[in-house]
Amino acid sequence: MKLISDLKKKITENEIWRSIFRHGYADTPRNRVLQIISNIWLHLHPAKVREHATKIRFTWCMGGITFFIFLFETLTGILLMFYYVPDVNRAYADIVDLMYVVPFGRLLRNSHRWGAHAMVITVSVHMFRVFLTGSYKPPRQFNWVVGVFLLVLTFLLSFTGYLLPWDQLGYWAITVGTNMARATPLLGHEGPFSYILGMRPDNDIRFALLGGTMIEAPALLRAYVWHCIAIPVIASALMMVHFWRVRKDGGISGPL
Amino acid sequence: MEVMEEKKRAGEFRDDKVFTWPNLVAKEFLAAIFVTIGLLSYSYFVDAPLRELSNPGEAENPAKAPWYFLGLQELLVYFDPWFAGVVLPGIIVLGLILIPYLDNNPKGNGYYTFKERKFAVSVFVLGYVFWYVLIYIGTALRGPFWAFFWPWEEWTHDFPTPPPMHDLPLPLGVALLVGFYFVGLVLPAMIKRDFFLKLGVVRYVLTMGLLLTMIGTVIKMVLRLMFNVKYMIATPWINI
Repeated sequence: MKLISDLKKKITENEIWRSIFRHGYADTPRNRVLQIISNIWLHLHPAKVREHATKIRFTWCMGGITFFIFLFETLTGILLMFYYVPDVNRAYADIVDLMYVVPFGRLLRNSHRWGAHAMVITVSVHMFRVFLTGSYKPPRQFNWVVGVFLLVLTFLLSFTGYLLPWDQLGYWAITVGTNMARATPLLGHEGPFSYILGMRPDNDIRFALLGGTMIEAPALLRAYVWHCIAIPVIASALMMVHFWRVRKDGGISGPL
Repeated sequence: MEVMEEKKRAGEFRDDKVFTWPNLVAKEFLAAIFVTIGLLSYSYFVDAPLRELSNPGEAENPAKAPWYFLGLQELLVYFDPWFAGVVLPGIIVLGLILIPYLDNNPKGNGYYTFKERKFAVSVFVLGYVFWYVLIYIGTALRGPFWAFFWPWEEWTHDFPTPPPMHDLPLPLGVALLVGFYFVGLVLPAMIKRDFFLKLGVVRYVLTMGLLLTMIGTVIKMVLRLMFNVKYMIATPWINI
């Protein structure tokens, strides 16, 4: 430890350092508060929190990690969008290029894919933790509801991304998934009672999802737009409500 | 006064607060670093799956949805698509949304306890485990044509033909289903009078209705696996 403090002195107590940083950080209660409330990113937090809320054995850190992975996916997703074109004649080749040609493309695609799986896991573990601590009880009922919508959106985000490589895996997974839509009661052409509304393969809910009767160019474009724009925007809006309500409902839940 | 009560309940006046900086922020920062390192190193060693170019003329066998939906796809063995793929997931999401409004037990708010909320925790944990067990079966134990294979068996196209299935006679099926929900609603209310009174009629019916649907799903699986029952209720319009 002495070595570190000596080293710190050597680095900070000289003319060059002082010319750049003007003054150091004094660890006072006032400064600890200011670090949070005068930082646009950190002021998502209150200046002080109840002690148990900082314990990993209480929160498991799962909500925070889920949010972090969402940011990670946004960043890697934007970078992937520079290379990937949602056109049936190009999409697969673009992915192969990412894997073999683009610098760091393989790492980019792999981490985006694994991050998506990780996010599905962490969000469901977060829900499990919130249930076990009874954190949906008054006054936090509505925030649980927002959380359920965010859970569903996480599934949909991952699901819409599944088609984009335009390979056999994604194609047939989306086939299985969207075939369920045609069995929707009333709204799918093979669903119970759909004759009441006159549903056909070319006007039912599956048709609306795919933009056609088969998974073709319009389906790829729809998956892409939902995946990259529509669902992230909706999820972001709900996340704002989710985090805001955590604060408004009295911070992270805890024993009374 | 009421505001004060409300704030007290939310724990605003309890003086066990610490500074967010650095107590919480440091941990969040570390967590972010560990997640990043974990994701990047895993991605360095393990490639994301990529198969051949999509080909509408050549179906994957088995064709599987993403793993988190495989529990539902597994239920397609036991139910028609309109139920396993649409109505049941709808009921699950609706049930999750309703949880805070159904569970009116004031205890266990903000701390871990099993003793003070045995019913709620047991039901939720069972449902959660059930969901992942189905996912495991659908992911690991289902091979070509969705045939069942144990983990130590090799996936082949050469598996025994499943035994023929039959439907229950309609009156019997309807009687069983109605009887199941009727007994499932009435019996616990009579035996556990306290439980019923605490919840009230509406909460009780919704809670038990959701729980019975979960149990009923398991029963249908058992009927199918042990007695080769395809449908409990078979009509020209709807099959269950």
